[in-house]
Amino acid sequence: MEIIKTGMAGTMESSDIHVIIEKNEEAGIKIFLNSTVEKQFGEQIEGVILKTLKEMDIINVVVRAMDRGALDCTIRARVQSAVMRSILKENELDWGLL
Amino acid sequence: MQKLRRTMMYVPGNNPGMLTDAHIYGADSLMFDLEDSIALSEKDCARLLVYNAVKSMDYEGMEIVVRINGLDSPYGRADIEAMVRAGVDVIRLPKTETAQDVTEVEKIIEEVEKKIEKEIGSTKMMGAIESPLGVINAVEIATASKRLMGIALGAEDYVTNMKTKRSPGGIELLLARSQILTAARAAGIYALDTVYSDVDNEEGFREEVKLIKQLGFDGKSIINPRQIGPVHEIYAPTEKEIDHAKKVMKAIKEANEKGAGVISLNGKMIDKPIVERAERVLELAKMSGLIKEGE
Repeated sequence: MEIIKTGMAGTMESSDIHVIIEKNEEAGIKIFLNSTVEKQFGEQIEGVILKTLKEMDIINVVVRAMDRGALDCTIRARVQSAVMRSILKENELDWGLL
Repeated sequence: MQKLRRTMMYVPGNNPGMLTDAHIYGADSLMFDLEDSIALSEKDCARLLVYNAVKSMDYEGMEIVVRINGLDSPYGRADIEAMVRAGVDVIRLPKTETAQDVTEVEKIIEEVEKKIEKEIGSTKMMGAIESPLGVINAVEIATASKRLMGIALGAEDYVTNMKTKRSPGGIELLLARSQILTAARAAGIYALDTVYSDVDNEEGFREEVKLIKQLGFDGKSIINPRQIGPVHEIYAPTEKEIDHAKKVMKAIKEANEKGAGVISLNGKMIDKPIVERAERVLELAKMSGLIKEGE
C-alpha cells in the first residue's frame, strides 16, 4: 500500500498518542518514538505500531509518534487513522486492511 | 430478570482516557458518542478509536451503546459497519423521526452481520427522538424493528424546534416525555429520559430524576459520572416499599394456597396490578443489590 500524503491522527493529551505517517523515500519502516513511558514501554509501543502497519500492508514509511501513555488499542486506532488519511481512505474504510 | 438501564453515560468517542476508564464509575450502560461531541474533521478518528476500544477492552459485561451519525451525513454508513464489526451491544440512532429511519439503519446492520457471519439480530438498536415529528411518530418508531430495545428523548433540539427552552420544572417536555414513554410501554421496550446539562446543579438534577421516575421512565441519559449516584439512589426502592411488596407477595401466596379469589392486605384489596407492582419493586431491589435472590 502506497502512502500518498502525510497523515496525522491523535492528540498530545494524556492517554493518547499523536502519530504522523510520512512516505519513506528509502525502503523500510522507520519509527521515531517520543513517549512519557519510553523506558518501560518503548519497545512494546514500537511493536504495536509495527504490527499495525504490517497488518495494513504498509512497507515504506516513516512514523513519528508522540506518546502520552496510550493503551495498545489507542495506539492501533491512531496508527490506523493516520494511515487511512495518508492513503485518502479515511471515510471509505477498507476492512480488508484493518 | 430484566436489565437495569437507570443510567446511560455519554462518553465522547475521540477521548482515549475516557473511553478506557468510563466503565469504572458503575453506570448501567455506556454510550460512546460519534455524533455531536465529535468535530467533523475527527469523525474518522473517533470511529476507529471506539472500534478498537470495544474490540479489545474488557468492559466487564457492561452494556456498550454507540451513538452513530445519521445516514443523512457522510459518516453514518461507515459508523454502522465499524460498530457492528466491533461487536457493540446497541446502536443508538440520532434524530429518529420516522419508522423508515429505523428500518434503513436496520437494513445496513443486517448486511454487515451477514457479511461477517454474526448472528442476525444480535446487534440491538435504540432510537433517540429529538424533534416534534419524532414525538408525533413515537409509536411507529417504537414498533419499527424487533431490534429496538428502547427509545430515548433528546430534549435540546426538541425544545429549540418547539420555540422554547428548558425550564427547571420541565413543563415544556411534558407532552414529549409522556408520548415517548407511552409509545415505549405500548411496544414493550425501554424508555430513557434526556440529559440534564447543568452538572453542578445537583438539586435540580435530583428533582428531574424524581419526576421522570414518577412518570415511569426506566432511566436517564447522563453526561458525568457524578450523576450516577443520585439516579441509582432515587431509583432504588425504599425499605418501606420493599417491605410492603414482600407482604403483598406473601398474602397472594397464602390466598392461592387457600384457593381464595379476592384477598386483602391491611383492609385494602390486592389485585393484579398491585401484585405486578410488588413484583417489579422486588425485582428492582434484587438488581440494585438491596435484597438477595429468594427473599
